[in-house]
Amino acid sequence: MEIFGIPTQALFGQLLIGLINGSFYALLSLGLAVIFGLLNIINFTHGAQYMLGAFCAYLLLNKLGLGYWWSLAIAPLLVGATGVIIERTMLARLYKLDHLYGLLLTFGLALIIQGIFRNEYGSSGLPYPIPEQLTGSRNLGFMFLPNYRAWVIVASLGVCLGTWYVIERTKLGSYLRAATENPALVQAFGINVPRMITLTYGFGVALAALAGVMAAPIYQVSPQMGADLIIVVFAVVVIGGMGSIMGAIVTGFGLGLIEGLTKVFYPEASNTVIFIIMAIVLLIRPAGLFGTQK
Amino acid sequence: MTSNAAQLPIARTTGVLRHQQIAFVAMAGVFLLAPLVVYPVFLMKVMCFALFACAFNLLIGYVGLLSFGHAMFFGMAGYATAHAAKVWGFTPELAILFGTASACALGVLTGLLAIRRQGIYFAMITLALAQMVFFFCLQAPFTGGEDGIQAVPRGKLFGLIDLTNVWAMYALVFTIFVGGFLLIYRIVHSPFGQVLKAIRENESRAISLGYHVDRYKLLAFVLSATLAGLAGGTKSLVFQLASLTDVHWTMSGEVVLMTLVGGLGTIFGPVVGAAVIITMQNYLAQLGAWVTVVQGAIFVVCVLAFRRGIVGEIGHAIRKAL
Repeated sequence: MEIFGIPTQALFGQLLIGLINGSFYALLSLGLAVIFGLLNIINFTHGAQYMLGAFCAYLLLNKLGLGYWWSLAIAPLLVGATGVIIERTMLARLYKLDHLYGLLLTFGLALIIQGIFRNEYGSSGLPYPIPEQLTGSRNLGFMFLPNYRAWVIVASLGVCLGTWYVIERTKLGSYLRAATENPALVQAFGINVPRMITLTYGFGVALAALAGVMAAPIYQVSPQMGADLIIVVFAVVVIGGMGSIMGAIVTGFGLGLIEGLTKVFYPEASNTVIFIIMAIVLLIRPAGLFGTQK
Repeated sequence: MTSNAAQLPIARTTGVLRHQQIAFVAMAGVFLLAPLVVYPVFLMKVMCFALFACAFNLLIGYVGLLSFGHAMFFGMAGYATAHAAKVWGFTPELAILFGTASACALGVLTGLLAIRRQGIYFAMITLALAQMVFFFCLQAPFTGGEDGIQAVPRGKLFGLIDLTNVWAMYALVFTIFVGGFLLIYRIVHSPFGQVLKAIRENESRAISLGYHVDRYKLLAFVLSATLAGLAGGTKSLVFQLASLTDVHWTMSGEVVLMTLVGGLGTIFGPVVGAAVIITMQNYLAQLGAWVTVVQGAIFVVCVLAFRRGIVGEIGHAIRKAL
């Protein structure tokens, strides 16, 4: 069976890889958007924190014998806690300064974290097994779908939509959105805004770590796994615009799919297609597809 | 955004000041006398990176735009220069000119896109565009992929002066560095430079005063890209090599670090910062990946406690703009 001269197996295979990549783009850009909304900084450490999540899972398995499902709960908590410490001890001192200093600080932190792990574990990838319950694959008729990949897509969609629901539809979310608009006024109503900021950063970081744990069985665990990914996620964020949570989710999955399609029809451009789309979006809608120009 | 921009260090930039003349003579003197005691190739590397950092500082220090993708101009000009010298057999001055022109063209293309957003978005866009250029260099046939362009001939300057002589090469690099430095000094202190500062301090006000802000930003971006290209092209002749290292995002990060250490928005800061960082890399080279950790730590310390940078602190202590 062929579509446009491409075997369907190859086409759907690449689309699946695209959806998987899109899951990670969505999770990471969602975390960036949540952090940006309240802290007004771009968290350059996000890629390193994604890597920390994956390493956390690797170490829990190899040092303590705790498997994938434990990691899925523990790694985001641990990495999120380091995020809280970073916010309290460093980022909190920068809020009154130009936002660019936040970018520079988190860039420096990313270099430190990635450098330490490269010293300890080298640059080559470490394997992480797929959890027993999710090995194997099922036949969908037109393609084979590995169970673990199906799980990643479903779980990522679930987490994204859950986050969207909390922020857009609950009382806690309304406090968050209000603090994004006018922190001083929200504080005047007796809400502890600094604590909210700290927890928001911790939550965004935990999302990155969660993505890292989910990525560990698919990509190998390596110190550099987040470094290049984060640049693509930045482009995703520019394309989507950081105004809306749903925007970040839709753009993440959509661009993953487009990247997958490019691999089928014009593989040479698969590395650059997201950047090219970013350039086009900047020409047509500088604020991003879902953004509002201030 | 505009009110926050005011908190970046501000350099007073009117007239040629006497203490700046003294500092300039001291700097030129150091680079003229140092090769008597320090390895000249090391000094040439410092001068190339100093010019690169000065070009970068033109944007962050005087327009308030943080580019996280300046490696694309530096590295691309390196490739273009190396290709012109090795494959086309250009003389060194023409090869460097060709490299610089390539960086200028790339600067126009990327600048038109990048200046459409400000602040954090500008940094992300330049970073993403630079990553695109990196992948282009990785795949394009003329760059030699992972090998880069090796054994680039230095050739004869104007067909007369043999640049394989280290002192001739040193004189050329020194001339290019001082020329580029003085050009940036002139740009910053010209009426054009004053408008750039006005845009940095209050963009909407500059617009209401009738300035075409986007044109000024684009011109500043292109000038910065071109001078970064001049530095990159020169470096590829000094080391007779153009490689992927120079277009990678880590290089963009390094130039930010140099400028930050020396002092954002100071005239001599980027030069001092480049000298400090290159020296550090030289001494820490055997430590491998720890260099990255040290660089990251310097970033963190500078941002948290040392935002004026070395030259900025000195200038603050003697109450003069350096």
